[in-house]
Amino acid sequence: MRRRYLALQIVSEEPVPRRDLTDAVWDSVLRLFGEHGASQADLNLIEHNPERNRAVLRCPHNALNMVRASLASVTKINEKPAAIHVVAVSGTLKSLRERFS
Amino acid sequence: MRGFGDLHLCLPLGNLRQTERMVCAASELGYRFVGVPLPPRAPRSEVRQLQEICSGVGLDFVTRLDLKPGRPSELLRELRRLRRRFEVVSVECISKAVARQAAKDRRVDLLSFPMDPRRRFFDRAEAELASGSLTSLEVDMAPLLLLRGVLKTRLLSSLRREVKIARKHGVPVVASSGAASEYLLRTPQDYAALATVFDLPLPLGLQALSENPRSIVERNREKLSPGYVAPGIRVIRRGGNCLDA
Repeated sequence: MRRRYLALQIVSEEPVPRRDLTDAVWDSVLRLFGEHGASQADLNLIEHNPERNRAVLRCPHNALNMVRASLASVTKINEKPAAIHVVAVSGTLKSLRERFS
Repeated sequence: MRGFGDLHLCLPLGNLRQTERMVCAASELGYRFVGVPLPPRAPRSEVRQLQEICSGVGLDFVTRLDLKPGRPSELLRELRRLRRRFEVVSVECISKAVARQAAKDRRVDLLSFPMDPRRRFFDRAEAELASGSLTSLEVDMAPLLLLRGVLKTRLLSSLRREVKIARKHGVPVVASSGAASEYLLRTPQDYAALATVFDLPLPLGLQALSENPRSIVERNREKLSPGYVAPGIRVIRRGGNCLDA
């Protein structure tokens, strides 16, 4: 299966814990696309750096738009204002790290 | 003028720090020009200050006027009075009569509608009028981020219908952030992905954030330039006998 790796920049006033980030993303996918859509998204949080509020997410390539739309719809994480920007998308983790480092 | 643009960045005009934060965020997210709604009597010094803040981070500043007339006659009066002071004019159509007048008036650049589905008057007749006068349909993305549940579902449903009508009649769609805070700003690619939710394909979504807003700004700047006479006609030299040249 072809995959896409998404480098994320989380905009928030304080560091976002891994658990809160995954909850916010899954909640957004479920709200926008329902359980059927969420099952196709097959999301995986590969890396997370709470100090720099950065993360890497993996999804199937055919669910990329769905995942991007869901990430864009996140306006709060743990009831605090936040935004998630996709800063880079790549087919391999290696090239993503090269571009995102 | 190249790249992506957001024609509806709602800057808090009295709050300089917040304004700077939002302008910086827009620049970092990849926008090259931003349209900022201004009050009709905005002081020149304030406009100049905004222009400087934008140019400081490499953004092209576009002045925008939001009109919300109650009647068509009010719209015509406001357009006569204010059109030449702003680069982009948007009309929020709160009645069908206003929507029809705005759609057929060449001085109106953007048509926007309230969120209430019963007051969204963008139908086939509206689209035909708009396509004849180069007026675009504006889609604000902020309500899509803020609304939840049934309200969001209804808005998505209305947008899906309107985008379908706009595409069928060749009315350009302009996607704008409508953001009043940096937490509501997203990258153009993220907005384009979000627009696929109401059936605007990704390439058209990107066009709604780049070419469509850019052509409005370029067309209006040309119209507002001193040498402009009519489409295709402009003054190239004044004084003397031009036939001798």
